[in-house]
Amino acid sequence: MKSLQAEAHSLSDPVTQLEIINSHNEKIRSLSKFEDKLKEIDLFPLKPTGVEIFQMNVGYMCNMTCKHCHVDAGPDRTEIMAKETFQYCLDALKNTDINTVDLTGGAPEMNPHFRWFVGEVSKLGKHMIVRSNLTILTTNKFSDLPEFFKEHGVEVTCSLPFYSKSRTDRQRGKGTYDKSITALKRLNELGYGKEDTGLLLNLVYNPVGAFLPGDQEEIKQEFKKELSRTHGIEFNDLYTITNLPISRFLNFLLMSGNLEEYMEKLIEAFNPAAATGVMCRNTISVGWDGRLFDCDFNQMLEMEIHEDSVQHIREFDLESLNNRQILVNQHCFGCTAGAGSSCGGATT
Amino acid sequence: MDDSYYKSKDLKKFGDITEFQEKLGNKFFEYYEEVFEEGALTKREKALIALAVAHTVQCPYCIDAYTTESLENGASEEQMMEAVHVSAAIRGGSSLVHGVQMMNKVKGLSM
Repeated sequence: MKSLQAEAHSLSDPVTQLEIINSHNEKIRSLSKFEDKLKEIDLFPLKPTGVEIFQMNVGYMCNMTCKHCHVDAGPDRTEIMAKETFQYCLDALKNTDINTVDLTGGAPEMNPHFRWFVGEVSKLGKHMIVRSNLTILTTNKFSDLPEFFKEHGVEVTCSLPFYSKSRTDRQRGKGTYDKSITALKRLNELGYGKEDTGLLLNLVYNPVGAFLPGDQEEIKQEFKKELSRTHGIEFNDLYTITNLPISRFLNFLLMSGNLEEYMEKLIEAFNPAAATGVMCRNTISVGWDGRLFDCDFNQMLEMEIHEDSVQHIREFDLESLNNRQILVNQHCFGCTAGAGSSCGGATT
Repeated sequence: MDDSYYKSKDLKKFGDITEFQEKLGNKFFEYYEEVFEEGALTKREKALIALAVAHTVQCPYCIDAYTTESLENGASEEQMMEAVHVSAAIRGGSSLVHGVQMMNKVKGLSM
């Protein structure tokens, strides 16, 4: 499977994506606007509560091409963060008390500067999260990474959309489930996911289709029971993440005729408490090229950070970022539906 | 005149039944909501029971709603189909167990 970009698909264009979720047809045009929903609860303009998480998208290259990927990542993507940009990030981190660094991609491990950077962040004493697709850890070139993660106390947060093979492989490609289980077992062997080791292994659940995630705690317990029963696998936490209607998931919604109903469902499930706790209020997203965004989703939609704020990581200024106005659009309903959704799971 | 008795968009109008009888409708929905809250059974277990019952009463609205509800609450395809088999087993069994009644009658009438 190729990325939408490699296929020169119209949905690889962020402008087209925004047009579709705003005005694809009469039904979509008639739906409530996210901005208006925020106004109703006196939350517009949306402002940060203070940056606590420094999320970096270190490149769109990935060994996988998942059907729901909001990044449109894949082996054919060449956007990769340069060492110079990593250095700007280190400089920024050195001068702030932001304590959590969250690395995502693509497969962040595929960036050639990945190991060097993890080592440098480790020296700063910051908490490091790596978002791993798991399968990359079973390839020859990267098979020693679990030990590397342990050495640096990295928190591993990995994608596993379901505890069954059929559903996982439908979303992430044939063979994904078996490789993921192999990687999880290896991480468990090293102490990851075990109580009292301090080595955190978290799973990310996202619905394999046009429906919302249910209760996070209940799904976590079901995953724990099933993964333990079938494979003896342990993990610490599970985060439920709602699929946002952009990129490949948007393509799926359009192709399956689910767009209108899904948007309606997200909007009906708008939860003011989740809106108050949206992750963009405590997160800053650094793009592979150093540009700054309110979140990884805005990054994929090329919605650059508000013009009154600093625009690039080399100009990093925490006060400017903490006072910015967060940009919103219709896709944001994905983070405010039900119990809320963020890179750390439910927000309420 | 629409020639179909069932329209999927009508599912969203379920709440409108209060229009003709507000008090009873509201009481029903209040009860309904509480039934599906997590209790001694999890939300997933309740969704699967509802899915099985939906197949027993063959209500397309309920099948639509509780298929989604089961998925959202983390049920697997296997669990959902097993729930439908429970429905089928009880339906089939309830016919077959009446075979005993038939047998009793046959034996009572026969030499």
